[in-house]
Amino acid sequence: MAGYHPPGPSGAPGTIGKRLESKEGKRNRMIEFFKEPNIDWMGKAKYFYALSAILLLVGWFSIWQKGGLYYGIDFKGGTNVDVRFAKAPTVDELRKSLTVQGLGGAEIQAVSDSGLPGQASNEVLVFVEQKGSDDQAIDSSKARVLSALNAIYGVSDTGKADFNLAPLNSLAAVLNEKDPLNLGTSAGDRYTLLAKKLLDYRDKVASGLVTDLSELSRVDGSTPAVVSVVKDNFSVGPFAIRNTEIVGPKVGAELKWQAIWVTLFALAGMLVYIAFRFEWVFGAAAVLAVFHDVLITLGFFSLLHFEISLTVIAALLTLVGYSMNDTIVIFDRIRENRRLLRKEDFAVLVNKSINQTLSRTILTSGLTFLTVLVLFLMGGQVLRAFSFALVVGIVVGTYSSFGIAAPLVVFWHHWRDKSEAAGSGSQPARKPA
Amino acid sequence: MNPNLKWKAVFIVFVVLVSIYLLIGYPTFPTSIAQIKDNFNRQIKLGLDLQGGTHLIIQVQVQDAIAQETDQMVDRLNKQLRDKKIPFDEIRRADDTHILVRNVDPSQGSAFRDFITQQYGNYWDASSAAGEPNGYTLTLRQSAIASIADATMTQSKETIERRINELGLTEPIVQFHGRKDNEILIQLPGEGDPARAILVIGRVGQLELCLVHPGGPYSSQAEALAPMSGILPPGAELVRGKNESRSIPGATPSTEVWYIIDRAPVVTGKDLKSAQETHSNPNNPGQWQVNFTLSQDAAKRFGQFTETHIGQQLGIVLEHKVESAPVINGKIEDSGLIEGNFSQESAHDLALVLRSGALPASIKYLEQRTVGPSLGQDSIRHGVQASILSLVVVMLFMVFYYRLSGANAVLALILNLLLLLAALSLFGATLTLPGIAGVILTIGMGVDSNVLVFERVREELRNGKSAAASVDAGFDKAFLTIIDTHVTTVVSAFFLFWFGTGPIKGFAVTLTVGLIANVFTAIFVSKTIFQYHLSKMERQAELSI
Repeated sequence: MAGYHPPGPSGAPGTIGKRLESKEGKRNRMIEFFKEPNIDWMGKAKYFYALSAILLLVGWFSIWQKGGLYYGIDFKGGTNVDVRFAKAPTVDELRKSLTVQGLGGAEIQAVSDSGLPGQASNEVLVFVEQKGSDDQAIDSSKARVLSALNAIYGVSDTGKADFNLAPLNSLAAVLNEKDPLNLGTSAGDRYTLLAKKLLDYRDKVASGLVTDLSELSRVDGSTPAVVSVVKDNFSVGPFAIRNTEIVGPKVGAELKWQAIWVTLFALAGMLVYIAFRFEWVFGAAAVLAVFHDVLITLGFFSLLHFEISLTVIAALLTLVGYSMNDTIVIFDRIRENRRLLRKEDFAVLVNKSINQTLSRTILTSGLTFLTVLVLFLMGGQVLRAFSFALVVGIVVGTYSSFGIAAPLVVFWHHWRDKSEAAGSGSQPARKPA
Repeated sequence: MNPNLKWKAVFIVFVVLVSIYLLIGYPTFPTSIAQIKDNFNRQIKLGLDLQGGTHLIIQVQVQDAIAQETDQMVDRLNKQLRDKKIPFDEIRRADDTHILVRNVDPSQGSAFRDFITQQYGNYWDASSAAGEPNGYTLTLRQSAIASIADATMTQSKETIERRINELGLTEPIVQFHGRKDNEILIQLPGEGDPARAILVIGRVGQLELCLVHPGGPYSSQAEALAPMSGILPPGAELVRGKNESRSIPGATPSTEVWYIIDRAPVVTGKDLKSAQETHSNPNNPGQWQVNFTLSQDAAKRFGQFTETHIGQQLGIVLEHKVESAPVINGKIEDSGLIEGNFSQESAHDLALVLRSGALPASIKYLEQRTVGPSLGQDSIRHGVQASILSLVVVMLFMVFYYRLSGANAVLALILNLLLLLAALSLFGATLTLPGIAGVILTIGMGVDSNVLVFERVREELRNGKSAAASVDAGFDKAFLTIIDTHVTTVVSAFFLFWFGTGPIKGFAVTLTVGLIANVFTAIFVSKTIFQYHLSKMERQAELSI
């Protein structure tokens, strides 16, 4: 213990001596990973700054070298088609067929369901850049990707709707109209329920890709008549489009600026609030530290070639929240200790504050880190980039609270003390916050 | 028990019950597990990224409607100035919002200005045109432009809504999007193949019946203009038409033809009472076509017109293109038909578009996203599995590390989630992927609040305070920290909500609601449980923390 005893509001100071005996007993019963350490954080500040400088340099060198961040379709515009195959074609076949359609420059990327290595999947993402600004033809690229895929498998257009894309209401409408169970007027919503079961089979059991409609006879409540009605009205292909995104180039550019402005406004808002609750230098330090976290995380995105999408922006905002949270907990302790220990050297006081909150910092950050790590490994393809931002962000955000934000405040204080001492010497005593 | 504590407990139980009711007891009180599930699915709406469906952002070309107003003004002025016997050389559109009137008779200058001010003062300003002796420039007022834009947006949205509803899609959403740029957001949940919806939504659907000038159709613009030495007669217009092979024998059906028609339509799509696809035309067996009937007023006008124009051609002009130009054989009162190379579906869709009324301006698609239903399922499954697993790990750790107090924290976390979900269902918010990010941040901050309090309580215990005093002091000291961290985050969430769109907004809403719930659970509920526990505990007993 560092030898200070803050009086609690209802604490009775006179009884401390007696209670000290029971204190040892209580301590033994608590599970503690971290006894209050006595680390000189401020003494190590130069190493932290060096580390941050290296991380920033490496990350942003990579961004510079690659000619900018790797933006997802949300920001650069274009057409994304996500296809799942019964049996995937080779990338060469796909490329050849796309080239025939005039899409030789398309990006082809295999998609895997889990973050764990060694899991192949039959899913491919085709990205086509938006050329020119002809918005009328916004979905022409999608049509051409579809033609290319059809050409590979020699599928001809039957004119029937694709079962793998059918929405619930159209399937239900077909069943209601053809009435394969001969329910007549007593059908009620039974066909809707049946349609729901058929689609559940498609989406959950068959992973969104039914390759043979005869499979549907396995569904509870389905009869040969039902299957034949479905066969008459729907077709299935050897692949299913799982996801299409078409974004006009103008939208993308606007979104990028909107994301940047929104983040800057949010940071400014935080700065004002912290300046109001603490001192302006605390606000500035906290915001700089958080900004530093975002920059480093973006660097990692470039290094490991992750895409920046709208969900990643949400993740970056989440990380801003976490990192700010961490910083404020430490600042709050500094503010409290300043009231209690006015004579103490500021750097010592900051060290003490960090040490006192260290156990909380490690626990909270550790638990949240664990959460996002699980999300990263198990969350599936859609959450991959999102959780990656948080995995990096939480580590960096925790570190920056004591490694960047707190030393900044200390430097400023030392600098001000020095300049005051060097000044006229008749400065009024400064007001404690 | 201390009465104060009792009231707190009653309040907490009340809040919990209301939340549970909001989530699963509504709209029908459940009597089975299936109904509970059903209610829950109805209350927590999933966004398209989780549920699958199509998301479209379109931009209404408001400029079209403004230019149209200017065009109509030119037509009106031409006629009215003649009626008023105010001589002038020419009236023409200078650009979308300006009209140039050249060389108005100087003796009638003030009469002209008075006429404009009296008749069109709300919309148009007249001023002398630079470099034009006795010329005037009419300028469309900013307020008029704004009101045209407003009306165009509202009408477009309503028209699109009607069309989508007629397509029979489930729970579509049509709303204005963003603060500027005249954008409309359309969401079609569950729609995995939006091609047809896109066609139907985007069709302008403007129908006009106009008199065709004799002599056509022509095979090119030049050929049409040749007889009148390159100048169209006033009030006439040259438009493209579909080639009806019946009228030009021998021509290949794909060639385009041109018609000269009257600019002013006899009737327009606004005069339609109904439109329906049929294929029972005896002249054209097996072919799909669209029949339409006119409203009473228009029928009268149309009857008069056809009576006086027997033997001439009537152009059926759809979206500025002549679909067909039948010869008027007799007086037609209230119905007509559109022929074309229709399938049943395309005839149905055209009838639908005509019924729903024309869009006041054309539209552009800015964005189109389709999440297949199975991908949405996958995201939910993975996301929910991962979240539950991590939540369980966090909870187990809390119980292991803080023992009974940890159990208290776990209770607070579960309550936090419950309140968050209940609030979302109360506001009718939809849960999206970024929304889940908001939930994760909330849970993180919830855990953090508990850890902050517990570490503080432990510090107080180490300093030798009694259990009750430590709990009091711990909560008191952590309170300010918790408020500061939460308010800071809410401040940033406010900016995100204000300036962000779509997913970023969703994130901000979940986050704000979650943080408010968190202050309640981590401070109020958690402390009440501690106090209850302490009141049951022996005075000297140790706190399980």
